Amino acid sequence: MIVLAVKVNRYKCGYCGGCVAVCKETAIDLVEAFIEIDDEKCTSCRKCERFCPVGALEVIS
Amino acid sequence: MKDEYDVIVVGAGPAGSLAAKEAAKGGLSVLLIEKRQEIGDPVRCAEAVGHSTASKYLDFDEKSICTEITTATLILPNGLEFVLGSEGPEIYKGYVLDRKIFDRELANDAAKAGAEVRVKTAATGLIIENGQVCGVKVRHLGKEKEIRCKIVIGADGVESKVGKWAGLDTTLKLEDIESCVQYLVSGVSIKESDIRINIGNEVAPGGYLWEFPKGNNKANIGIGLLGSRVKNGARPIDCLNKFIEEKYPDAKILEMHFGADPVSSYMEKYYGNGFMLAGDAARMVDPITGGGIETAIVAGALAGQRAVEAVEANDFSEKFLKEYQKRWEKEYKNTFKRSLILKNFALGLTDEIANQYATEFKKQNIKEPIGFDSLIKALTKMDKTLLLKLGISLIKS
Ligand SMILES: Cc1cc2nc3c(=O)[nH]c(=O)nc-3n(C[C@H](O)[C@H](O)[C@H](O)COP(=O)(O)OP(=O)(O)OC[C@H]3O[C@@H](n4cnc5c(N)ncnc54)[C@H](O)[C@@H]3O)c2cc1C
Repeated sequence: MIVLAVKVNRYKCGYCGGCVAVCKETAIDLVEAFIEIDDEKCTSCRKCERFCPVGALEVIS
Repeated sequence: MKDEYDVIVVGAGPAGSLAAKEAAKGGLSVLLIEKRQEIGDPVRCAEAVGHSTASKYLDFDEKSICTEITTATLILPNGLEFVLGSEGPEIYKGYVLDRKIFDRELANDAAKAGAEVRVKTAATGLIIENGQVCGVKVRHLGKEKEIRCKIVIGADGVESKVGKWAGLDTTLKLEDIESCVQYLVSGVSIKESDIRINIGNEVAPGGYLWEFPKGNNKANIGIGLLGSRVKNGARPIDCLNKFIEEKYPDAKILEMHFGADPVSSYMEKYYGNGFMLAGDAARMVDPITGGGIETAIVAGALAGQRAVEAVEANDFSEKFLKEYQKRWEKEYKNTFKRSLILKNFALGLTDEIANQYATEFKKQNIKEPIGFDSLIKALTKMDKTLLLKLGISLIKS
């Protein structure tokens, strides 16, 4: 089984919170100036990756 | 921070600060929490607002205003421009704000009315007992604490979790959210009383690119793309860079802003036992303009007022709080209905058709500025499907 996870490029992220808003699983949290992803909840649906205005999120295996 | 308040407001944007102010004015004990360490910063907004209904609930203070706006120019893919504004004797009045100052002043107003304001304090969950929201779990400098209250007002913006914790589905679909980047630039010559809106699938697929003056040769230049139309290599930042390199090669970038703007229209239900949602948290953004400052202000004020009435009546049930939703929708239901139709219409337009309509319309030599209503009327004459959709909505409402 391939395990997927979302990786955040912290140097790119502009902490807008859009990824939090599109996440159905409430797996993402914007903690002031960085985002945290709960790998247990993440289903790798890739919506956050699609949405990001700068491309700071990447689903990796 | 005490262990108990009448009202806890989560998020100190315009919605939250207005809610806290109104509730405190009504004599309630209020806690307003904001997870950022500095209210209003970073900016996630193009900062344009109409004088409008919001002025019922606050004074637009000089300190917060960068420029006064009287018109908006719409730029079509073929370069044709239309100046929108008021046709009547009264001139349209709007502002481009400095939201770092504006938001902070609103929180200060809430504090002056008696609310306790706490920054760097995040809500991490709700206390729910027998289906009734009766408190908030907060985190401040790494310490967790539970605080009880009679009513929670969720004004936690686009990334809102209060609604989710309380059992509402607030997740936005990719086709219901704009992915945005904006630069505050200097060294650009731009008319100070006009905001510019560029549309088309080349420049901004499923959204628009804006040039809003901030005074002193500064401007907010930004872009929003519909989430479902964002592509790798043509993300908002790429499209914005391209535009700026072409049109403003000498612009100096002073600030970068990133944002997410809900364009789904407001939620079906945004209250429940012991809580109300206001502003972006309830998706109260005009789906065609993406504007949500005014509606957040009004929502915050109305929620705060309803909280006062709830404490007076000692009734925190959803049945009692429902009135808040009714009051907000009385103000905005019809506008949002029309905006949603216009948004879907605009999303279906190809650049060719948009250009064709623009050319036809220009030929009619209509005096500018044109009122927004006249523009829509003219559009319905050229496009019968739009007429039909708007017509049906009018009959239904
Ligand atoms: C790029 C962009 C451009 C825009 N341009 C315009 C425009 O020109 N005109 C206009 O009218 N509207 C515009 N909007 C929309 C406008 O910015 C919002 O509608 C408006 O800010 C909504 O106000 P609010 O109080 O609901 O939320 P916000 O202003 O977003 O405030 C919410 C606050 O809640 C805080 N918060 C979130 N979660 C928690 C938590 N768990 N605990 C504590 N605090 C929390 C956040 O940090 C934030 O400070 C734009 C939006 C974007 C993204």
